[in-house]
Amino acid sequence: MHVGQDLAPQTYRVTRADLVRYAGASGDFNPIHWNDRTAVAVGLPGVIAHGMFTMALAARAVTAWAGDPGAVIEYGVRFTKPVVVPDDDHGAEVVVAGVVRAVDEGVAQIDLTVTCSGEKVLAQARAKIRL
Amino acid sequence: MALDPSFVGRSYPPTEPYAVGREKIREFADAIGADEPAYRDPAVAAALGHPDVIAPPTFPVVVTMAANQALIDDPALGLDYSRVVHGDQRFAYVRPVRAGDRLVCVSTVEEIMSRGGHDFLTTRTEVATDAGERVVTVWSRLVVRGEG
Repeated sequence: MHVGQDLAPQTYRVTRADLVRYAGASGDFNPIHWNDRTAVAVGLPGVIAHGMFTMALAARAVTAWAGDPGAVIEYGVRFTKPVVVPDDDHGAEVVVAGVVRAVDEGVAQIDLTVTCSGEKVLAQARAKIRL
Repeated sequence: MALDPSFVGRSYPPTEPYAVGREKIREFADAIGADEPAYRDPAVAAALGHPDVIAPPTFPVVVTMAANQALIDDPALGLDYSRVVHGDQRFAYVRPVRAGDRLVCVSTVEEIMSRGGHDFLTTRTEVATDAGERVVTVWSRLVVRGEG
């Protein structure tokens, strides 16, 4: 990895079934992630993905780029926009792009751009990986 | 501000150890669609230098969310969970979580502030094994949306 290097964007599809599976595996059963009635009642356009699910997808891109799932030493994001997941077979598409911002003493810092329908859903998304 | 600012600096007692199992890691990896063999096959993990299968980077939230529940549920804090959205999340790893870990969490309220009509609550959770080996530090910032 070298400074300024663009990392191949990764695309992940998110369906309602994925959210149900993630709720079970993570223990986060907040109904805004599976129940339209609740989501709309709290002012959302509909069911949204768990922020931590989107963060997990972005981490998949990071470990894919690193080539080692144990290489991540720091990882942080800000959740800026919800990923709305329609109740259809297509779901939503999350695209994770990355650029190498710094390389120092065997550690690369990657800045991530994470979008859904062309809009940024995470900000200040950064990972440090051991090379 | 709806949150009691005197909670800043408050720490909660260590949680009971959470025993990380291979099947829980596999379930979590399946749920996020991560098919790396190091999450499933101890031999592959060993070849990468890990004593057992490792967990994906965001797996620690399974443990820390439960650890923060005592704080979130504390009526004295004044947090209305129906108005909460996740603001920020950050992890600093000493090493990946792995099967066989018995993880103990200590959560501390790091910051409470109010801005633009919303309240912000930042917690820091130190995750270590029950033998005292540090594994990961997890920061979580919740936003309590203001009324109207």
